[in-house]
Amino acid sequence: MINLPRLFRSRAASAPVARERLQILLAHERGLRGQPDLLELLRAEILSVVSRHVALDPEKVHVKMDRGDHVSTLEVDIEVPNAVERWAAAV
Amino acid sequence: MAKVLVVTSGKGGVGKTTSTAALGATLAQMGEKVVVVDFDVGLRNLDLILGAERRVVFDFINVVQGVANLSQALIRDKRLENLWLLPASQTRDKDALTEEGVSKIVAELRTKFDWIICDSPAGIERGATLAMRYADEAVIVTNPEVSSVRDSDRIIGMLDSKTVKAEQGEQVQKHLLVTRFDTARAARGEMLSIDDVLEILATPLLGIIPESQDVLRASNVGSPVTLNDARSAPARAYIDAARRLMGETVPMMVPVARKGLMDRLLGRRAA
Repeated sequence: MINLPRLFRSRAASAPVARERLQILLAHERGLRGQPDLLELLRAEILSVVSRHVALDPEKVHVKMDRGDHVSTLEVDIEVPNAVERWAAAV
Repeated sequence: MAKVLVVTSGKGGVGKTTSTAALGATLAQMGEKVVVVDFDVGLRNLDLILGAERRVVFDFINVVQGVANLSQALIRDKRLENLWLLPASQTRDKDALTEEGVSKIVAELRTKFDWIICDSPAGIERGATLAMRYADEAVIVTNPEVSSVRDSDRIIGMLDSKTVKAEQGEQVQKHLLVTRFDTARAARGEMLSIDDVLEILATPLLGIIPESQDVLRASNVGSPVTLNDARSAPARAYIDAARRLMGETVPMMVPVARKGLMDRLLGRRAA
């Protein structure tokens, strides 16, 4: 037997899907505009502050931002060279 | 006072060049002195759409580099005495275009024309950013389709930040031109509606150009669609859009193709 409701559903309007996908995507992309610059600024300032006290490899400072529905998180990952310990181990 | 209008979109193939030619020709017919400028260095096509491809001697880059002066590079349309073309270079690469060179030429064109219509290349690289750089107004050409709408959104963001107007704290006046629109498909929910596109892009609507075989027919013979058949549906839509650019209030509607007698008798579907 032909499944009539299914037949109709397969032809269901796709434009509302397009509209919703665009609205979600563009809300996200508009928020990101100019964002890479902000992260780079944060990275540079964090590097300069920490460098005053600890010798750092600039390449080992990572700043990452995650956007969630309700909260966003800023993740700062700094690798500090453990020169003293390595020296101690060698002796 | 001269107006610099950029026709832009981000995405390729949505109808920037077709729209530039049609709007330029219509404004010229309305008595405005118009120059259409091709910014697509290396991939010029405006000359072909206007049927002037065999008359190109000097181009934009030649003028920038002082090989030719502006009057030598400008090509006057054979049908409309008020319409001129400044072609892009086909042989150079896009790096030959400099901000300083574009600034100088646009300033010179402002003294000679009422409208300077800049046909932007696709993308967001140098050619596209320079095409919009000195714009007073912008026509954003969008197809009712997800990738085109997304790219238009990006371009709108650039118009609001990377133009001289934006940097001076002013605004480029933006107009949305929806092309390749199919009323029947939108009504069936198979295509984004005009309201959908307007709500997403939040930009005033300049016109709705229906999907039509007349556009290809006109480009085949090198004539703006408005000149090739002024009574065709896309031509009427472009003429309305041009009148709105001139500040006229024209009711917004989507023109439909008129069926000829033979079409009716033979039961042919309108293109």
